[in-house]
Amino acid sequence: MTKARVIVTLKNGVLDPQGKAIESALGGLGFAGIGSVRQGKVFDIVLEETDPARAEAALKKMCEQLLANTVIEDYSITIG
Amino acid sequence: MKSAVIQLPGLNRDRDMIAALTKISGKAPVTVWQTETELPDVDLIVIPGGFSYGDYLRCGAIAARMPVMRAVADKAAKGVTVIGVCNGFQILLEAGLLPGALMRNASLKFVCREVKLEVANANTAFTRAYAQGQIIRCPVAHHDGNYFADAETLKRIEGNGQVVFRYAEGTNPNGSINDIAGVMNEAGNVLGMMPHPENLIESAHGGTDGRGLFESVLGIAA
Repeated sequence: MTKARVIVTLKNGVLDPQGKAIESALGGLGFAGIGSVRQGKVFDIVLEETDPARAEAALKKMCEQLLANTVIEDYSITIG
Repeated sequence: MKSAVIQLPGLNRDRDMIAALTKISGKAPVTVWQTETELPDVDLIVIPGGFSYGDYLRCGAIAARMPVMRAVADKAAKGVTVIGVCNGFQILLEAGLLPGALMRNASLKFVCREVKLEVANANTAFTRAYAQGQIIRCPVAHHDGNYFADAETLKRIEGNGQVVFRYAEGTNPNGSINDIAGVMNEAGNVLGMMPHPENLIESAHGGTDGRGLFESVLGIAA
């Protein structure tokens, strides 16, 4: 078994209205000095594959084909 | 002119689309469920609006990976006319049949109202019944209609005349870049748009400005 975490975030330069709304809400709660907030998604995925390289290759395909929309999003994969 | 309407769980504007196509063409479209791997021999394929798969992951993301969408892509590559409205637009983008992406409305609010559209390119299979620059009324109802494309893509689609509809000045309901409301592919046979022309086709709707799109595609003189 391989445990992996995939993080999908909006690319730099893509407007993130949800991040902006969270940023202003944090400001409203009195948290000062926030430069910016960007919102993303986390996927925790358990694979039967035990070989880390093969697992990573499979996860990369999953990101490209479904988990991320690469027009607007970047992804990162962490194994273990 | 034979048409097909694609059906997926969570789409809810299929009935309106079927009614519009039936009224305007005089012939009911065939309906095709998501698990079908082949489409009947039709001239027009429509993906209606709604909330396929509950908008999980991203609007249209899961629907775009269903078997029927491979069949739609095959037909599109062969030149069959394809229209996606609202969630149908999101599905076509997620399927890679159109350039760009649709993001959460800049206001973060669901927008349900009438807007004005400018016919940005009247020289298309979808808009020939309209005049260039004509302003038409059209309803919108969506949460994720904020069109985005990177600078290079934007330049290309603007240069190619692929921007078919724009929100007329002051009516952009969602923050779309360049006020883009509808785009087509480079070949000119696939159109996606957020507004709902099928909801403004008879006097009971309070107007008929949406008819021109169907009349253009169906080859019916306005």
